Amino acid sequence: MLDKVVIANRGEIALRILRACRELGIKTVAVHSTADSSQKHVLLADESVCIGPPPSAQSYLNMPAIISAAEVTDAIGIHPGYGFLSENADFAERVEKSGFVFIGPRPETIRLMGDKVSAIRTMKAAGIPCVPGSDGPLGDDPEENLKMARSIGYPVLIKASGGGGGRGMRVVHSDATLVNAITVTRSEALAAFSNEVVYLEKFLDRPRHIEFQVLADGQGHAVHLGERDCSMQRRHQKVVEEAPAPGISEEQRDFIGRRCVEACLEIGYRGAGTFEFLYQDGEFFFIEMNTRIQVEHPVTEMITGIDIVKEQMYIADGRPLRIRQEDVVIRGHAIECRINAEDPKTFMPSPGPVRQWHAPGGPGIRVDSHIYSGYQVPPFYDSMIGKLIAHGSNRESAIARMQTALSEIVVEGIRTNIPLHQEIFSHSAFKAGGTDIHYLEKRLGL
Amino acid sequence: MDIRKVKKLIELLEESGIAEIEIHEGEESVRISRHPTGGNWIAPQVMSAAPGAAPAGGHAVGEASQQPPPPEGHTVTAPMVGTYYGAPAPGAKPFVQIGSKVEVGDTLCIIEAMKMMNQIESDAAGTVVAVLAENGEPVEFGQPLFIVE
Repeated sequence: MLDKVVIANRGEIALRILRACRELGIKTVAVHSTADSSQKHVLLADESVCIGPPPSAQSYLNMPAIISAAEVTDAIGIHPGYGFLSENADFAERVEKSGFVFIGPRPETIRLMGDKVSAIRTMKAAGIPCVPGSDGPLGDDPEENLKMARSIGYPVLIKASGGGGGRGMRVVHSDATLVNAITVTRSEALAAFSNEVVYLEKFLDRPRHIEFQVLADGQGHAVHLGERDCSMQRRHQKVVEEAPAPGISEEQRDFIGRRCVEACLEIGYRGAGTFEFLYQDGEFFFIEMNTRIQVEHPVTEMITGIDIVKEQMYIADGRPLRIRQEDVVIRGHAIECRINAEDPKTFMPSPGPVRQWHAPGGPGIRVDSHIYSGYQVPPFYDSMIGKLIAHGSNRESAIARMQTALSEIVVEGIRTNIPLHQEIFSHSAFKAGGTDIHYLEKRLGL
Repeated sequence: MDIRKVKKLIELLEESGIAEIEIHEGEESVRISRHPTGGNWIAPQVMSAAPGAAPAGGHAVGEASQQPPPPEGHTVTAPMVGTYYGAPAPGAKPFVQIGSKVEVGDTLCIIEAMKMMNQIESDAAGTVVAVLAENGEPVEFGQPLFIVE
């Protein structure tokens, strides 16, 4: 097994990775910015290296600093977590060129899936249903683009090929605004992603976001671990996630899951990955693939009993996948609430000292958080301070357990979105299940 | 206590004829012997109950544990992660020593990272009164390297 791993991330996922390493006897190196010296995983790691000042660009996005830290600590592998450099193909390449194991897919795969146009093309070829669209980049000819939009049918969505995660998108409802919207989206894409390629997709008016988790060893074996429903979103940020997706049948799961597995084998995928779909009127439409561990991975772990981060380590160690599809059995239902340091009504970030932290407990409750009493939430990074996960034998039980957990959890000194979660869990529409991605914003009047 | 320090102690032990070595640093201690007799290996990481009080982890790379307070002056800190070298080449004269006079922009040391040697320049003028890192030691961002008065 890998002797020593650099955890190139922060917060709860860094702690999650550390825990998996500890279980496997892997020595840990925590790289951190000067603002993060007191993070829980930094204090627990075997070694720590300060890699830069607070701004991410100079620390968690600083490729030379991270690779240097791996050098001076004689690490073997680097785990990029999620966000930051986890889907940066250049970073993966530099890590490998420097002689380290990048815990994730090969750089070429990251590049392929990072370009949304090529990802869709690849998935289509692999038999995965995609959103009807331009099936390729938009050219500069306004007439062509208007024809394309009309054939897809308004409303349409202009998407940046270098974007993803809800960024670089614009809805267009008619011919009148299309040409300008394309121009604006292009320049935004150039600025944000250094890539001005855009494409069109049919805009689905009330889809659910359902994604499939896969594990592949890059040696000809791959499995899917079922799906997650992440429709409860605000501004394209997931707020609540659950597994399995309410109302999805075994046949549907099998149909899409098997195709995701086939696609993994086609592209020689290695590691953990997620195929994201929009689901409307009983149909799945592929939108993008995330070539990393995801924030919401715990709900899949709870219903399958499989430790996805551990599996990432085994795969990075070069071992063939030990799990066969028939080993993947879904038991019960799991829900996750993302706890953010923010005002529950205005969503303004609320960094500062956590005067008191008290985690809930009991059967089926899992808390993935790096917070402790006395910890200072820094203002430089995203506001998620932890994840509260509840598992039950069925969805009702998971909901009930989560409501209890939400009433037990104490975070004093900063504002959190716990009241928002309590609100969501009281909604009858949520309890019924199957709400779409616009539900939360509509309900909150945003 | 730094793992690298412990590694160095082990090397010391192996190179010499010493049978056993015990070092105390503050509240932590380590004993290394050729024929361990159930001696204590104290793991370097200690999760303190009030970590907010100590901003730097107790086992950060290259933490210097000096008993006397450091001399007054401007501290030059490492602007990057890498391996510290006090001289331009092995065996060569060090760039600076205690007592050396430096101007702003003078090279004080080299930090090597990813096979590249980066010359670290002084951001203060004055006299070097302390050299805080050792040749070949890994250093992290922000680690104190020199004090210039």
